[in-house]
Amino acid sequence: MNFIDYYKILGLDKSASQSDIKKAYRKLARKHHPDVNPNDKEAEKKFKEINEANEVLSDPEKRKKYDKYGKDWQHAEEFEKARSSQGSSQSRGRRTSSQNYGEHDFSDFFESMFGGSGNFSGRGQTRFRGQDLNAELKLHLRDVFKTHKQTLTVNGKNIRITVPAGIENGQTIKITGHGGPGHQGGPNGDLYITFGIINDTPFKRDGNDLYTSVNLDLYTALLGGEIMVNTFDGQVKLNVKPETQNGTKIKLKGKGFPVYKKNDVYGNLYITYNLVTPTNLTQKEKDLFKKLAELRK
Amino acid sequence: MEKEYILITDFCLSHNIETHFVMELYEFGLVDLVVKEDVRYLPIQQLPKAEKIIRLYSDLDINLEGIAVITQLLNKIEKMQDEITHLKNRLDLYE
Repeated sequence: MNFIDYYKILGLDKSASQSDIKKAYRKLARKHHPDVNPNDKEAEKKFKEINEANEVLSDPEKRKKYDKYGKDWQHAEEFEKARSSQGSSQSRGRRTSSQNYGEHDFSDFFESMFGGSGNFSGRGQTRFRGQDLNAELKLHLRDVFKTHKQTLTVNGKNIRITVPAGIENGQTIKITGHGGPGHQGGPNGDLYITFGIINDTPFKRDGNDLYTSVNLDLYTALLGGEIMVNTFDGQVKLNVKPETQNGTKIKLKGKGFPVYKKNDVYGNLYITYNLVTPTNLTQKEKDLFKKLAELRK
Repeated sequence: MEKEYILITDFCLSHNIETHFVMELYEFGLVDLVVKEDVRYLPIQQLPKAEKIIRLYSDLDINLEGIAVITQLLNKIEKMQDEITHLKNRLDLYE
């Protein structure tokens, strides 16, 4: 557990007045408030630090204790014992006021110095409805080709969710009522799950459409023929037209990715032909190609 | 009724705010209210928005005009972030 420099967090020196502290807190709180920085974990962390610094420095009692012990904060317990023997009704009164807020709002340093429950004034936490929770779920592209059920553990509870086919990378879905519990009879918050889709397939995805390339040998490209190609869910037979050019793109309708929340509706698969010319030609092949070339002169 | 709407008085009580503040939010177009038999309710879907406004108001001392601007800008940012995600996904096609 490390010492936390609350003055540094608020960008102040030790001689800062209450007005300086208030001003510095307001300025930083506006910048890092979770409501103006949605889904920004760094801002949320910073806001908690700012709140904690303000909690200590704006309270003369806490500030005095913090200033007195500073980096020797481990000795604060002795101070606390001496102080409690004298009695401090003000301190006891303040501590009871924050039952609704989790201990995680304070650092270990704070809790060690001032006890588990402080007087967090509820900044950034005013709620009747429970807190919304955010979670990230990494899935492979193949996992989201079909609608499936998945069990998640959020805050120690197992939640079984349906992951709809066709979900996009970066898409967020809301699971109503699975956030934090409501206060004073308020409804629970919601759980927001953001999906990170890992694509380790030979297919590239653009929305519901898939793209891939297929090698085509010279003879099939010139004369046409049948080839087997891989789609996302199996092989299909393709008729290649004679005299197909390198880079030709064909569309396989309905062979793309499932459309989100639309049963049995799929995007398209676009296949680009890569013409592969033969190598390591035999003398006979070279002679025949020369003959072919002469025919074109 | 109970699950879809919250009595304004209950909401104000839990947040320790006056009813007229919620009416002000309504007049500013920041939240929607529903009136049933002369009783005003806050639709439950409006709760996250209403509570965010109260936090901005009480934590940061931002007035309602400021909150209206912030809300509008946050909506714009959200749309832009969706667009960035979409464009990033499209960019994968060319990598």
